Amino acid sequence: MKSFTKITSKIIPLPHTDVDTDQIIPARYLKVINKDGLAEGLFDSWRRLPDGSPNPDFPLNQDEYQGAEVLLAGDNFGCGSSREHAPWALTGWGIRAIISTSFADIFRNNALKNGLLPIVVSEETQASLFDLSEEAPAATIDIDLENQRMTLPDGSGVSFEIDPFSKTCLLEGIDQLGYLLKHDEQIAAFEGRVK
Amino acid sequence: MTQPKTLYEKLWESHLVAESDDAPSILYIDLHLIHEVTSPQAFSALREKGLKARRPERTIATMDHSTPTISLDYESADEMAVIQLNQITQNCADFGITLYDAGSDGRGIVHVIGPEQGYTQPGMTIVCGDSHTSTHGAFGSLAFGIGTSEVEHVLATQSLLQAKSETYEVKFEGELPFGVTAKDMILALIAKIGIGGGTGHVFEYTGEAVKALNMDGRMTLCNMAIEGGARAGMIAPDDVTFAYLKGRTHAPKGAGWDAAVAKWQKLPSDEGAVYDKAVTIDVSTLEPMVTYGTNPEMGITINQRIPSLGNKSEAANSSLEKALNYMDLSADSPLKGHPVDVVFIGSCTNSRMSDLRAAASILKGRKVAEGMRLLVVPGSESIRKEAEGEGIDKIVRDAGGEWRFAGCSMCLAMNGDELEPGQYAVSTSNRNFEGRQGKGGRTILASPYTAAASAITGKVTDPRELI
Ligand code: SF4
Repeated sequence: MKSFTKITSKIIPLPHTDVDTDQIIPARYLKVINKDGLAEGLFDSWRRLPDGSPNPDFPLNQDEYQGAEVLLAGDNFGCGSSREHAPWALTGWGIRAIISTSFADIFRNNALKNGLLPIVVSEETQASLFDLSEEAPAATIDIDLENQRMTLPDGSGVSFEIDPFSKTCLLEGIDQLGYLLKHDEQIAAFEGRVK
Repeated sequence: MTQPKTLYEKLWESHLVAESDDAPSILYIDLHLIHEVTSPQAFSALREKGLKARRPERTIATMDHSTPTISLDYESADEMAVIQLNQITQNCADFGITLYDAGSDGRGIVHVIGPEQGYTQPGMTIVCGDSHTSTHGAFGSLAFGIGTSEVEHVLATQSLLQAKSETYEVKFEGELPFGVTAKDMILALIAKIGIGGGTGHVFEYTGEAVKALNMDGRMTLCNMAIEGGARAGMIAPDDVTFAYLKGRTHAPKGAGWDAAVAKWQKLPSDEGAVYDKAVTIDVSTLEPMVTYGTNPEMGITINQRIPSLGNKSEAANSSLEKALNYMDLSADSPLKGHPVDVVFIGSCTNSRMSDLRAAASILKGRKVAEGMRLLVVPGSESIRKEAEGEGIDKIVRDAGGEWRFAGCSMCLAMNGDELEPGQYAVSTSNRNFEGRQGKGGRTILASPYTAAASAITGKVTDPRELI
């Protein structure tokens, strides 16, 4: 997993609530047996017009946002299916952090296992960030995971929560499986107990 | 006296392998189900790391999402689906996992075959790389969906890192009226609490209306817990549960059965157990439900009008407007009577015998409307055969519908069964997200009764007029 320490990025606005994983990556892209090429299908139905050409109104298609790493979304981002293809598609495109007021449980778990940081903010912060991204699309935000702090373009700071375990894994880029494998003895003891 | 505990707390505590202050708990997993779409990358990762499956006998595999339903011959699937199906066959062979493949009688939708084969049992922890794993909670198990990284974790360690959820009692009181089903109950709940209403929680469904449901209905209720934002839905096991399981292939037998039942009887939440949150719904005034929008909370009763714009917050209005725009429906207008192009009866929500019988009771001796496409897809091959034994296939065909082999089919439209852009479907599945049933397709979620009735009239129909 790619480690996450600090990023500075423009903010891509996606002002929809309840963005479901079928929108993030539609089922027709799920026939792959690896993780490659999923960025191609990211937000496919919103990114492309019915004839398949790019939708110029969709932010991911705008020059302004090429290379941006932070997505700002409406409430309840990532609801629906458990497909980890959703974070794979997002990170494949280059997204490293998503800011919203809430995330669906499975999506948040999946994101954290793929170096993608879900940041929960208050409705006020979310609203001011949406305003800002409209007024000054080129403005950037700093995200510092170590200190759990964002610096908004106006210089103000906002702190965010993350559980300590996910934080360490992200900072160091470690796969959580290693932690489970280290508990082999306890797992074996449990199996012995309940047999 | 010990503190009264909820069903969830009992299951959580009995599966704890280790707890720690600076990491999530480690939870033991009794049963792991896999399918072809969310497992390949997990096996690749195991191979790269040189790891084996720790308890391969605790993982059961099926093929359901990308399989064709026109034929049992998978070579008729598209090229990428064939690669995916061959991959799970190879992975199961290499790692020693039981697979219900093309030729197998037991094959079907992963959440249908677990219970049907008796793998799903009360008191178990059950996971699958699929959000509708919540279905299995109908048996009093703790069952939830996981991502592919976690599929890898379970294969390698039979355990998962988990944070404890909060509990949410969902009480359904009263007696279900004529023509109203478990599907209408769950759609009513989600319309009430919203699709994020259960986030961070596990539902426990209680109340007389839940007790009165058979296992098929209870599975429908738990299936859509995830659509209310909850990771899991659970129902305390009782005599209905035990009667369903008794004699199933992988259920305990003989003395083992009696011992198991004695254990299961201790699972229900204790008198006085406290939930973190609660809601009560009186089902006696419930009517058949339909959705008008692009997520499952956008639901109304068949006789209500689509909500009007302007009554809500700005964000809620804009999402309603966006949804109605996609659906090409108008605010403040009835949905009943709206023309429908396709009816889909199937999916892990409503593809079991009770669902097929309900649909057949309406289709029998009638014809689908001119130009209507009706697709009936049983949840498993065993269900297909049982239904054929009862003549349901004939009823469907005589009505002008298509009778298919088991699979997910048009629930997620990965296998070629899909809507055309702009088409309206009344569907017994669980998600009406934009494009879920095919790019540009428009989904109206409903019960098997409502779906079958709409197939006959060609319009969104109150099934009580036809039952
Ligand atoms: S039937 Fe639909 S919801 Fe159920 S497992 Fe298949 S795709 Fe998922």
